[in-house]
Amino acid sequence: MDIIISGLLLGGTYALMAMGLNLQYGVARIMNLANGEMLVLGALAAFTFYVSIQLSPLLTMFIVAPAAFLLNWLIYRFLLRPLVRRAKNQGQLEVDSILATFGMSFALVGIMVSIQGGYFTYSFLADPFSILGTTVALNRLIAFIMAVIIGLALYLWLHRSRPGMAVRAVAVSSDASKLVGINVVRVSALAFALGGAITAVGGTLISTFITLDASIGVIFTMKALIIVIMGGVGDIRGAIIAAAILGLVETAVASLIDPGLTLAAAYLIFLLVLLFRPQGLFGRRAT
Amino acid sequence: MNRRNFVAAAAKTVAAAGMAALLAGTALAADTIKLGAVAPKTGPLAGGSTVTHWPSIQLWVKQTNDKGGLTLKDGQKKIELIEYDDKTDPGEHIKAVQRAITQDEVDFLIAPYGTGFNVAVAPIYAKYGYPQIAVTSISDLVGELTERYPGLFFTLGDTTSFVNGVKDILVKMRDEGTIGNKIAMVNVADAFGIELADVARPIFTEAGFDIVYDKSYPLGTPDLSPVVKGAKAANPDAFVAWSYPPDTFAITEQAAIEDLDVKAFYTAVATAFPAYGGKFGSKINGVLGAGGVNPDTPAIAEYRKAHKEITGQEADYWASANTYASMQILGQAIEAVGSTDREAVTQYLKENEFDTIMGPIVFDEQISNRFWTVGQWQDGVFRGVASSNIDGAVPVIAKPGWE
Repeated sequence: MDIIISGLLLGGTYALMAMGLNLQYGVARIMNLANGEMLVLGALAAFTFYVSIQLSPLLTMFIVAPAAFLLNWLIYRFLLRPLVRRAKNQGQLEVDSILATFGMSFALVGIMVSIQGGYFTYSFLADPFSILGTTVALNRLIAFIMAVIIGLALYLWLHRSRPGMAVRAVAVSSDASKLVGINVVRVSALAFALGGAITAVGGTLISTFITLDASIGVIFTMKALIIVIMGGVGDIRGAIIAAAILGLVETAVASLIDPGLTLAAAYLIFLLVLLFRPQGLFGRRAT
Repeated sequence: MNRRNFVAAAAKTVAAAGMAALLAGTALAADTIKLGAVAPKTGPLAGGSTVTHWPSIQLWVKQTNDKGGLTLKDGQKKIELIEYDDKTDPGEHIKAVQRAITQDEVDFLIAPYGTGFNVAVAPIYAKYGYPQIAVTSISDLVGELTERYPGLFFTLGDTTSFVNGVKDILVKMRDEGTIGNKIAMVNVADAFGIELADVARPIFTEAGFDIVYDKSYPLGTPDLSPVVKGAKAANPDAFVAWSYPPDTFAITEQAAIEDLDVKAFYTAVATAFPAYGGKFGSKINGVLGAGGVNPDTPAIAEYRKAHKEITGQEADYWASANTYASMQILGQAIEAVGSTDREAVTQYLKENEFDTIMGPIVFDEQISNRFWTVGQWQDGVFRGVASSNIDGAVPVIAKPGWE
């Protein structure tokens, strides 16, 4: 029971890291290597507001989300749009966007270091909470609940609304979407901006229980990449399920075998998925 | 003007400005002592170096320049500090050091942050004849290294004396009847944590302790609750974590949440950071950690006050003071020699006693045996409870619980 609850909570954390990248990569086709930095930026906002004016990260979230949405929209519009226009095929766009966002990640790290070079560490709801006899940290539980809310909302929006359907259509085929009158440019920008906003909000929530610093983003990028590829590019369900599996397996290995083997276990699953289902758990086979 | 022309023109302007700055720098060079500092400002170790390393260097340079600089035979000279970010990358670090030596032609270098970096650059410092007063560097290889590199000095102790400090405190608590025999020990799975755990295992066992839980976890583990739960299930009397900054915070938070009720709770690096006290407040009263300081001596009190005033942040309760002391040592050696003759300064370092904020420091075979090993949070201050040759250790208290 302990393992299932702790594992699911960790899975929630992972889902927060990966849902945004899934949208950005799956729909806008931008392999965003600055994803982790966007997450850390959300954490930095939470930390700054908390230590300066004692603003609860749960409120900071509502500042971070629109700000990150706008920032990511601008990034897409002015930095990435030219790459999209220039790219002759998807492969080229991926290479270009990897290089561009890789550079962007350094710029973001530099900006954040100049604001706060040390650790973003503060204490928020670090209280024990008991579910079914298992003690969990309240801040982790809240992050998990938020991950569920964001995941559900995103899923419903994608599957029950017209703009959501347009986003899914672009994820399937941007060329065919154009033919049926979808404004692919706008939908891509929307998906990229929304993805960035989710990632930044994830960072705000994660900062309540993980100590971050300006340079730690790359670790989150890696984890998010693994989850997105495991789950299947462009499918939000895949990212959430992959995150939950990863959380459960890591916790089980740490509790039952040895904490030292968590990383090995995570990569083993990743390897198995790549070997037996290279398109990811929910991915479509490439045509 | 199209975009390409514009970029080219802009580049030329920047280059010209850079040349002008460079020329101005050369003209000034004769009147200053150039100090090169290469350490992380970004990357995994940046969080620690921006607390412990950079502020003390900047503080010392500012204070020295405010009183006119260092007095040499040919008059007073101000310090020109040249800083490079090594991005916590040994390759970048070595490039930056070479650049500082060959292009900036710095007179002296400030030793890097972190054990691995100090060991990695020792051959380059030695090749060019720069003294290296290593601070944030703890290893059991210090004897071997100082023998190989005649300009390398150590000031923060070695792994064995570090672990012995912890063992002595635990033995003392056991003799007083505060704790029993059972220790739960965890370590971060990187060079630092592995070396400490390897050294600690036989030392603890020899001292009659029973290690009931002994696990490692990868650096950057996002959820340490299985580790803390496992340790708690082993029902220990004392908990020791050879941990690094992000996990030091995470382990402590989990221990409070799980109510890991031990009378001796030890986490390693970052326990001495002011941010640690700031994050946990009164919860961590009685937590033991690496380092320590005696904040009541006038020199340390004055240093901590200046640190706060000038750099805007608090000094940590461990290696901040050692870092500042290493700068004092270098400055005093340069002044005593009266020039930037590196060979003479190195020789002077080996043979003399230095007056620092941590008291008098001498090097015995290039190693200073004056450092703190264990500290404890007591009423909002992290005080030294075990040291090597420093007075002022306070008695250790039993951890009163996580409230």
